[in-house]
Amino acid sequence: MDDLLAEFLTECSESLAELDLAVVRLERTPDDRTTLSLIFRLVHTIKGTCGFLGLPRLEKVAHASETVLDKLRTGSLTVSADGIGLILAALDRIRLIVDTINRIEAEPEGNDADLIAQLNALAEGRMPEAAMVAAPKAAAPGPATSPAGIPMPETTLALERSPTIAPPPGAPPPGAAAVAAAPDHAPENAVARGQTIRVSVEVLETLMTLVSELVLTRNQFLQQLRSSGSAELTGPVQRLSHLTTELQEGVMKTRMQPIGNVWNMLPRQVRDLAHDLGKRVDLVMFGADTELDRQVLELIKDPLTHMIRNSADHGLEGPDERIRAGKPATGTITLSARHEGGHVVIEIEDDGRGIDVRKIAEKAVSRGLVTPAQIEAMSDTDIRAFIFQPGFSTAAAITSVSGRGVGMDVVRTNIEQIGGLIELHSVLGQGSRFLIKIPLTLAIVSALIVGAAGERFAIPQSSVIEVVSPEANAATRIETIDGASVLRLREHLLPLIRLGALLKLPEKCYHDDGQPIRKTDTVAVIGVGNAKLGLIVDGVFDTEEIVVKPVANVLRNIPLFGGNTILEDGAVIMILDPTGIARHAGLDGARKDEARATQDEDPSQTGRIDMLLVRAGIGAPKALPLSLISRLETFAAERLERTGDRIVAQYRGDLMPIVALDGTIDLADRLSQTGAKAAYPVLVFENGGKPVGLLVDEILDVVNTEARIELGTDSEGKLGVAVIADKATDIVDVAFWLTRASGNWFKNAVEKSHRPRLLLVDDSSFFRQLVAPSLAAAGYDVTVADSAEKALALRDAGRSFEAIVSDIEMPGMDGFCFAREIRGGGRWADLPLVALTGSNVVQEARSAGFTDTIRKFERDTLLLSLEQCLSHRIAA
Amino acid sequence: MSAHHQQSIHATPVRAADHLQEEGFVTLTLGGMLCGVPVLAVREVVTDSKIVRVPLAPDAIAGNINLRGRIVTAIDTRCRLGLEPAPQTAERVALVAEMDGALYALLIDQVLEVLSLRTDQIEETPSNLSATWQTYSKGVYRLSERLMVVLDIERLLALPS
Repeated sequence: MDDLLAEFLTECSESLAELDLAVVRLERTPDDRTTLSLIFRLVHTIKGTCGFLGLPRLEKVAHASETVLDKLRTGSLTVSADGIGLILAALDRIRLIVDTINRIEAEPEGNDADLIAQLNALAEGRMPEAAMVAAPKAAAPGPATSPAGIPMPETTLALERSPTIAPPPGAPPPGAAAVAAAPDHAPENAVARGQTIRVSVEVLETLMTLVSELVLTRNQFLQQLRSSGSAELTGPVQRLSHLTTELQEGVMKTRMQPIGNVWNMLPRQVRDLAHDLGKRVDLVMFGADTELDRQVLELIKDPLTHMIRNSADHGLEGPDERIRAGKPATGTITLSARHEGGHVVIEIEDDGRGIDVRKIAEKAVSRGLVTPAQIEAMSDTDIRAFIFQPGFSTAAAITSVSGRGVGMDVVRTNIEQIGGLIELHSVLGQGSRFLIKIPLTLAIVSALIVGAAGERFAIPQSSVIEVVSPEANAATRIETIDGASVLRLREHLLPLIRLGALLKLPEKCYHDDGQPIRKTDTVAVIGVGNAKLGLIVDGVFDTEEIVVKPVANVLRNIPLFGGNTILEDGAVIMILDPTGIARHAGLDGARKDEARATQDEDPSQTGRIDMLLVRAGIGAPKALPLSLISRLETFAAERLERTGDRIVAQYRGDLMPIVALDGTIDLADRLSQTGAKAAYPVLVFENGGKPVGLLVDEILDVVNTEARIELGTDSEGKLGVAVIADKATDIVDVAFWLTRASGNWFKNAVEKSHRPRLLLVDDSSFFRQLVAPSLAAAGYDVTVADSAEKALALRDAGRSFEAIVSDIEMPGMDGFCFAREIRGGGRWADLPLVALTGSNVVQEARSAGFTDTIRKFERDTLLLSLEQCLSHRIAA
Repeated sequence: MSAHHQQSIHATPVRAADHLQEEGFVTLTLGGMLCGVPVLAVREVVTDSKIVRVPLAPDAIAGNINLRGRIVTAIDTRCRLGLEPAPQTAERVALVAEMDGALYALLIDQVLEVLSLRTDQIEETPSNLSATWQTYSKGVYRLSERLMVVLDIERLLALPS
């Protein structure tokens, strides 16, 4: 593209952004001469230049607009709302033309006769009927169809970057922000303009790289100087060092841009939105000159726009409602930004209706996110946080403005992705306030440098919760035999991953220089969303400020790395991505939800289950599903008490009955032991607050294994034998032992007056035996059938149930046929029908007639689903 | 591969009259074979850089190199060409090339010299070469002493991502 043209287009885009702000301001203060002059001058410049460049269409529109503006400026015409609408329409047209030129280097086809006629009519003091059409409502299609204009509603939350207003890279002069920050001092920006120059981002990036390199060289130099210790160099080198630091800071600053650059488009959007919604909205902005890294700025643009739109749409009431509530008819949205430490704090506040905690709570319960009992115990803040859940929209009616399937959850994700956080405060009837805290820059983060298998890696400090040194005999220790599994940390079980193994690094005992590697297993506890996990590393080195560099394209598909960096000593190391690690390990809290929705599940994972391996008594190791266990505890022998013929322990203010997980364990003998060694792991099962403990000798491991029993058995207390971790292992019949510990465990646990009757259909005895007890424990009266045919026989025999849980993959009649058969008629036709499946067949299951589809062995999800199904039935 | 050529590049000036028909090649060795890459594709030659391997990366990626503050992905050219891995002790030389705005370092055994060769003298890759070599070769030159395989840098760098 011609340099001259490129320059013109950049200038035009900036002018247009400025114009939008100015016109909205004009609408509020119609007789503000300064604003009028500014608008006139900007349009005049556009007109003048495009005439020179040979852009006739643009010139004509600009010319007609200029005529109107000139009359307004000289006072021979007064500003009306329709007039403003028409001017905005003209600006949109100009933008459309400019965008097209940007893309194809030519003006678009078409003519603007109608618009020009209306502008001329307005200039002559007539306000033709047709002008109403071109007024704001009609103005919208302009930018909405223009691909690169102001992002309109459809694109406001698009996560991919939309083309920016100014396509040639370069920092728009801060003047634009000054307008937003201080609307009353618009002329000032004329001064600011003269003091800025446009520099391409590429140049800045190159400078940035060079400075990083310089810093590195300086560090090496300093290191050598320290060891050689030549005194005459100390002075100059120190000066060089200071200068380098200052240079680095200076270059970092060039990446900073005022947040006002992003805010520029907001007044126009709010104005259009208010117009559409029939509301009156004032947008007040403070701190538009607050600077932050351009990369961060790009990333918060969309979330910010969405939130402002949300406030205008959902937060603020209509004028009538406001007056009834004793508030001024015009609602106010206050947007402010300020620096706070190494962060930028952005607040979005409205004086609208506030967030109704009750409504949110109701919705959360009806969506099955929580139980009514859980809601009772939650604080208002926690309940409000539900609006950040996927698909949770507070608007009772979905309007054309919001409710497009993206919501606050996307906003939160975007903000958390850049290491920020978002908080919500709200007072019912008085308004809401969102507080966003984001780092100043993404380019430099604080990171913890850890070692694994002789190599170093960086973990972003923001996700490191703590670093723990587990000790063999202390409260925090790693429970494992071969390969780490879990860490007990303050009454919690923390899943552990060995970093070296995760990265498939060969174990190494010596550094390249022959020095032995000192290894002390250290656990870096990292938090990802609500999930926590421990990374076992060989050692923790230091915290360093690192410059994050993106990984090469060919390495981008390794999900465990978030970037790479060069350390002060010049070494290139990889930056770990905690989210990727958690997802890889299946420990991501979000994964449960995803697993039910995503279609591309890893097929090798189906039919697999996490089993806890324990040693109890003599004989083979024993395994039981980890998901059934609430907690692992250790009880010293003296804490175990004998009452009558039973063993109990005080546990969380309750008496917990305990049995040994194997008949060969002599509890009496264990009780008589004293000393440090006499402490036993106890697996705690809990239901409705009633704990039951199973005592074992040792916790061995957690393994993800195929859910299969190779050998059935008749002996009580076990379901059979399976090969786990290359060893024959007894699969524990959990229900048997729990019943033994607390004879009335199943009944006691349920305080419901009514035990819903449930039919469980599954061909695998393994799953039947696992699912049935947990359902029974949750208060259901469970009947099992090992095939669909047998289940149907029960129906024909006249048995009645309140819900059916069925497997899909079964020999003979499969789950789909079974569902269709049931839905086909008969006494069970309307029953809730929940599918249990190892694979992903949500759609198919639904069309066959299943009410819900649960992945095999997601106990909690199944219980939740049943509760929902049944409560709907009662409600209906 | 005569000893006095090792680790040095002798640029042969390209005569102006012939420059339309001639192309400069950096010659190098890989597993004892003589290869060449267009001199214009090579930004620089790096000799003593430390390669930090990247866990979980494909075999063809030897690791990362810190090239004056830029992180450069090192490609194990021997692996790409299906050759035996280089001995641990061997010094690796890297040719730095750019593709799609990113820098890559092609690890080779030795860099020899820069030759100017007539473009019309290139011959098709002999059909009995292995499929791998067929893929990454653009043709061969018959030099006075031996054959030189012209490597296709773009293909060598085009790792599936």
